[in-house]
Amino acid sequence: MGVDRREFLKIAGYAALFGLGGKAAIDILSPGELEASMQGIPLTQGKRWSMVIDMRKCLKQQEAGKDGCKECMIACHLEHNVPDWGNPKHAIKWIWQDKYEHVFPEHPNQFIDEGVRHKPFILMCNHCVNPPCVRVCPTQATFKRESDGIVAMDMHRCIGCRFCMAACPYGSRSFNWGNPRKAPKELNPDYPTNRAYPERSKGVVEKCNFCVELVAKGELPACVQACDKIKVHALNFGDLDDPKSNVRKLLREHYTIRRKPALGTEPNLFYII
Amino acid sequence: MLERAIKGTSGYWGWLIFLLALMGIGLGCYLYQFFEGLKVTGMSRDVSWGLYIGQLTYFVGVAASGVMVVLPCYLHDYKAFGRITILGEFLAVASIIMCLLFVFVDLGNPVRIMNVILYPTPNSILFWDMIVLNVYMLLNIIIGWNVLAAERKGIHYQQWIKVLIYISIPWAFSIHTVTAFLYAGIPGRHYWLTAIMAARFLSSAFCAGPALLILLCLIVRKVSKFDPGKEQIRTLAGIVAYAMIFNVFFFLLELFTAFYSQIPGHMHPIVFLFKGLEGHGNFVPWMWTAAVFAILSLVLLIVPATRRNEGTLTVACIILIIATWIDKGLGLIVGGFTPTPFHTVTEYWPTTPEMLITIGVWATGFFVLTILYKIAVSVKEEVAA
Ligand code: SF4
Ligand code: SF4
Repeated sequence: MGVDRREFLKIAGYAALFGLGGKAAIDILSPGELEASMQGIPLTQGKRWSMVIDMRKCLKQQEAGKDGCKECMIACHLEHNVPDWGNPKHAIKWIWQDKYEHVFPEHPNQFIDEGVRHKPFILMCNHCVNPPCVRVCPTQATFKRESDGIVAMDMHRCIGCRFCMAACPYGSRSFNWGNPRKAPKELNPDYPTNRAYPERSKGVVEKCNFCVELVAKGELPACVQACDKIKVHALNFGDLDDPKSNVRKLLREHYTIRRKPALGTEPNLFYII
Repeated sequence: MLERAIKGTSGYWGWLIFLLALMGIGLGCYLYQFFEGLKVTGMSRDVSWGLYIGQLTYFVGVAASGVMVVLPCYLHDYKAFGRITILGEFLAVASIIMCLLFVFVDLGNPVRIMNVILYPTPNSILFWDMIVLNVYMLLNIIIGWNVLAAERKGIHYQQWIKVLIYISIPWAFSIHTVTAFLYAGIPGRHYWLTAIMAARFLSSAFCAGPALLILLCLIVRKVSKFDPGKEQIRTLAGIVAYAMIFNVFFFLLELFTAFYSQIPGHMHPIVFLFKGLEGHGNFVPWMWTAAVFAILSLVLLIVPATRRNEGTLTVACIILIIATWIDKGLGLIVGGFTPTPFHTVTEYWPTTPEMLITIGVWATGFFVLTILYKIAVSVKEEVAA
């Protein structure tokens, strides 16, 4: 969401001082932001959750800091106690970065513009409309929620056959190769005491769940909150089913691309380049 | 009839104890894997299946190939095979046991395996694979056992067995077709996404399985008084030759499509396997070994003189089994995962525990096979006497 509530109140307050209406003030301060951000709320009523990632904003922020920006990833991995094995072969990734060429390998272009060449793009599960991971799962441990389109994962039913990992064309799924409780604790100090998020055992698959647990409470996904907090607003979460939503507005106004659209999975993640 | 399994020579017992030792080592390694997790294997986020699933695929093929003796015998009334159908059926039983064990050891959460039955999911090919494999195993146990029991009593088996036999014939084709569908319907894995996958699987199964059966027949002839027969082995060799021709032909079709179309996604896995990609080529020597062995075995099988000579036929069968095993039990899986969805290459090589578990499962399969063959052969010896 473009402007969080507290920021909205602050701006509205200043605006009132100058005798302007809140909305008008925001329109002056950052035109279009309000509509783009506040639609799609209440959050618990989305029918087709999706995300529009504005890579222009994201890359700008990444280039600002000397180590790039890792806010969304830190927030997500904290929220879900994502174990860290320190071994790329066993890495568990919910939201991560990889260079443009790896994210869009089907768009090879030797002479691509410098703005994206080798640039770190944000990746996560696409919450596909037609997800092959769900099609292949023999236990329905991974399933698509009819109500809002989130591709969820029941880590307590998963048998760890890893069929879904073979089926996902986006590398969005990770497997607990070892016991997640034994993973280094630096990144997840609450683990395994954080009861807000169910513990998983070794031998199960996990992935981004679009923060179903937060969305159910009417909150934005942790990554989106983190990005909004530093006022970058690169991650826009909203309901694709609602023509008036923030994401639909962004899609109307920008040229966006999706990963591997030819496979017919219909990703619900869109990238503004 | 079971008691025949416990009356044997010291060679028989020595072999069983050897297999038991391998099974014990495998079990020990499995317990280690069970408690530590699959991180003790060489598999990774990018190559998330490996040796285990490769073996599943290979032995489904061996199991299906039992039909290559059953079909001529019962559909074409080729009487000569009546002598060895039991060997084909019991080989199928032992193979399916290995398949089920390979699925089991590959699971991250084996204690939850019943979830596949508690939450039946018809859209998952794995669900169907489990059904067809189990039914095929049951069919072969029932058919093999009853036919053998009837033979011992010198009577004709009952009519309902015949019905089961007719069912088992298309069923054999189904198990390998369904196993091919595990791979052939997955978007984004170019090496697997090919309509000819099931046909390739069947052809490689129908050469590798009967080749193994030939070797087993030769062993049976050596260690017992039962001779599976010269004609039988000769006919099997013909089947192996034809199936291997199809197998190699189908693979060449894949090469044509990939390299004439020049679509990178289609070419890359094959380039990785045979030449190496982005500096990773740990499968190159293996794949070339497979290619050379495949050609050599074809020559030995096609030239009538070498096909009819049991010495050269044995060599042909051994190298054919090695070639098809590398292709299906190793290359097929890794090729499907390479390059990764990010167009990178992550190397895979099985670890020692992983190999020992695999050997343990093979040993279990051969343990079961030995006992079943012992029973069958003892009955045959008695009837002959
Ligand atoms: S991105 Fe992968 S894991 Fe996510 S819904 Fe699509 S296929 Fe499934
Ligand atoms: S690993 Fe788990 S979620 Fe994935 S297909 Fe198997 S049971 Fe389903």
